[in-house]
Amino acid sequence: MEAAHAHAPGHDDHAHHPSGIMRWIQTTNHKDIGTLYLWFSFTMFMVGGVLALMLRVELFQPGLQVWRPEFFNQLTTMHGLIMVFGAIMPAFVGFANWQIPLMIGAPDMAFARMNNWSFWLLPPAALLLVISFFVPGGATAAGWTIYAPLSTQMGPGMDLAIFALHIMGASSIMGSINIVTTILNMRAPGMTLMKMPLFVWTWLITAYLLIAVMPVLAGAITMILTDRHFGTNFFNAAGGGDPVMFQHIFWFFGHPEVYILILPAFGIVSQIIPTFARKPLFGYVSMVYATSSIAILSFIVWAHHMFTTGMPATAQLFFMYATMLIAVPTGVKVFNWIATMWKGSMTFETPMLFSIGFVFVFSMGGFTGLVLAITPVDIQLQDTYYVVAHFHYVLVAGSLFAIFAGAYYWLPKWTGHMYNEVLGKWHFWLSMVFFNITFFPMHFTGLAGMPRRVPDYALQFADFNMISTVGAFGFGLAQLVFLWAVLKCISGGEKAAAQAWEGAEGLEWTVPSPAPYHTFETPPAVK
Amino acid sequence: MVAVPQTNLTTLRKLLVVALMMFGFGFALVPFYQKICEVTGINNLLKADQVSNTQIDTARWLTVEFDANLRSELPWTFRPVEKSVRFHPGELMQVTFELRNDSKRAVTGQAIPSYAPQLAAGYFKKLECFCFTQQTLQPGEVKLMPVVFVIERGLPQDVNTVTLSYTFFEVEGKVRNPG
Repeated sequence: MEAAHAHAPGHDDHAHHPSGIMRWIQTTNHKDIGTLYLWFSFTMFMVGGVLALMLRVELFQPGLQVWRPEFFNQLTTMHGLIMVFGAIMPAFVGFANWQIPLMIGAPDMAFARMNNWSFWLLPPAALLLVISFFVPGGATAAGWTIYAPLSTQMGPGMDLAIFALHIMGASSIMGSINIVTTILNMRAPGMTLMKMPLFVWTWLITAYLLIAVMPVLAGAITMILTDRHFGTNFFNAAGGGDPVMFQHIFWFFGHPEVYILILPAFGIVSQIIPTFARKPLFGYVSMVYATSSIAILSFIVWAHHMFTTGMPATAQLFFMYATMLIAVPTGVKVFNWIATMWKGSMTFETPMLFSIGFVFVFSMGGFTGLVLAITPVDIQLQDTYYVVAHFHYVLVAGSLFAIFAGAYYWLPKWTGHMYNEVLGKWHFWLSMVFFNITFFPMHFTGLAGMPRRVPDYALQFADFNMISTVGAFGFGLAQLVFLWAVLKCISGGEKAAAQAWEGAEGLEWTVPSPAPYHTFETPPAVK
Repeated sequence: MVAVPQTNLTTLRKLLVVALMMFGFGFALVPFYQKICEVTGINNLLKADQVSNTQIDTARWLTVEFDANLRSELPWTFRPVEKSVRFHPGELMQVTFELRNDSKRAVTGQAIPSYAPQLAAGYFKKLECFCFTQQTLQPGEVKLMPVVFVIERGLPQDVNTVTLSYTFFEVEGKVRNPG
């Protein structure tokens, strides 16, 4: 953060802000806040990554070697919570803060002070999660889905996790309200909705999803809290409650949540592919409609996460078909990305590599999702490593690769320097190869029946797990290359032009690189 | 600081209302869920079943075994008076469970039934059961509680033995006079 500070776009003559740490605590500037979000996200990504490697160490061999099973469960839970709420979501909000005002020609976010708040709520929440490892009974071990009745029984670590989720939820809702208001009210004259860059579109829809489902999660965890401490019986069977109901409420939040984690990624990739294919995005309008369809459908598919809870066959069929329907708009998107590349003058700089990697590997994750949507297959594969493989293909190779792509794509705009292409390419190829070494074998172990969230496993899974662990360490170390590339880019490098990429289009490329502290104080004219 | 324009405040207010409504919606899902379970009959643990056709299939014999468990460190003794019964599908049966409070305080509990094999649950109709209500026992009190049930004739032919298992959970915060 120190390096970011010293070279952040503070060279602007009109910038009057406190210096040192107070600049970052008091800042209401969307670029500063974007930077804070991105560094926070990277820090949590490292924390969550270390937890993942601790898991893989235990799974390197069958039997119990390193951790007690209870602690292993804490690791899986915290890895999930930290990666979803601490790494991926804040990263996208960081992109939104930096890019949305620049892309729609607005001077800043709509509510600058609230923007500061929504960021500074996050570090205390993260701290609550991390210190929960050290309270009696340790961190919550109920899985990131915190299913009742596990979550109604655990020690104080569970309470800390609930508070952390409440705070992070409040932060997300504030951030989303900010984003929606900025996009709806502060576009430059002439920037009609259907002229907005696709990244802005996907974030508009994501923000609506967040406003709709984050409060539902807040409700669900409040119920857990009152069940734990105030004698209510929402999920307590003995008192007339029902633990299955928790799953319904949770997944009513949870399924839109997984699209919250991927839609901004679609947006980033839709910015990058046209740039490096040097062609306008194929099917812009269909992209907007596809994104909206995915968002709407996300509200009626939640029970595909719970096919094994005992549902009437009609309900199973409904949720199965509704889930499969989502493949249609997603297919439209993948088709459009490929059609954009078709006969384009493509070059393969790091952002483009990550984007193509995204399209390729995300599609694989999408297909395993379709397999899991088939009820009878899901009943077999529920809670196996096949599911783990599926959601890491869409979340790591999907969301995370898109975040890397976006970071390399916009780093010249943020820092004023081009990043080192050699480092970027190393980062991509190492990530791509080790990602697949880590997660591809999980398809096989899952199909063969290895259950997830268990520290020990049957001997026949030993070889594949060994491969996964080796891959995981390779993948983890590859991310240090990313850190190196970013720090190097911040501290110097080839000077970036205002339009850093030859084929790039959009308002953000009309301001100098690095972007001045204040931009678009007079709105630009959009033709 | 520049004042926030009125249009933005209006949008803020609308979106906050949406967020608050969705928070309420989360809680509204609770009665909604219970209603759906009630209407579709998925989860009617606490209600007496209706039996329509009570013709007895005398050609077939069934065995029902009983199992009684306690949870949450309930200071009770809980057992079925009959370990198992043998009867015909469609026949009305009555069995008794015995419950004793071994502690020096009044305790309230709720019994939750479960069945093995699971698919028998759909054919196992309880007309009267102590599990339909919470049971409160005074210190040292003993209760004999009947269960009246029918197993419907539609029970698949390969099922000959059904286990009915009850687990009593303590309903905390209901009765608490320490001593």
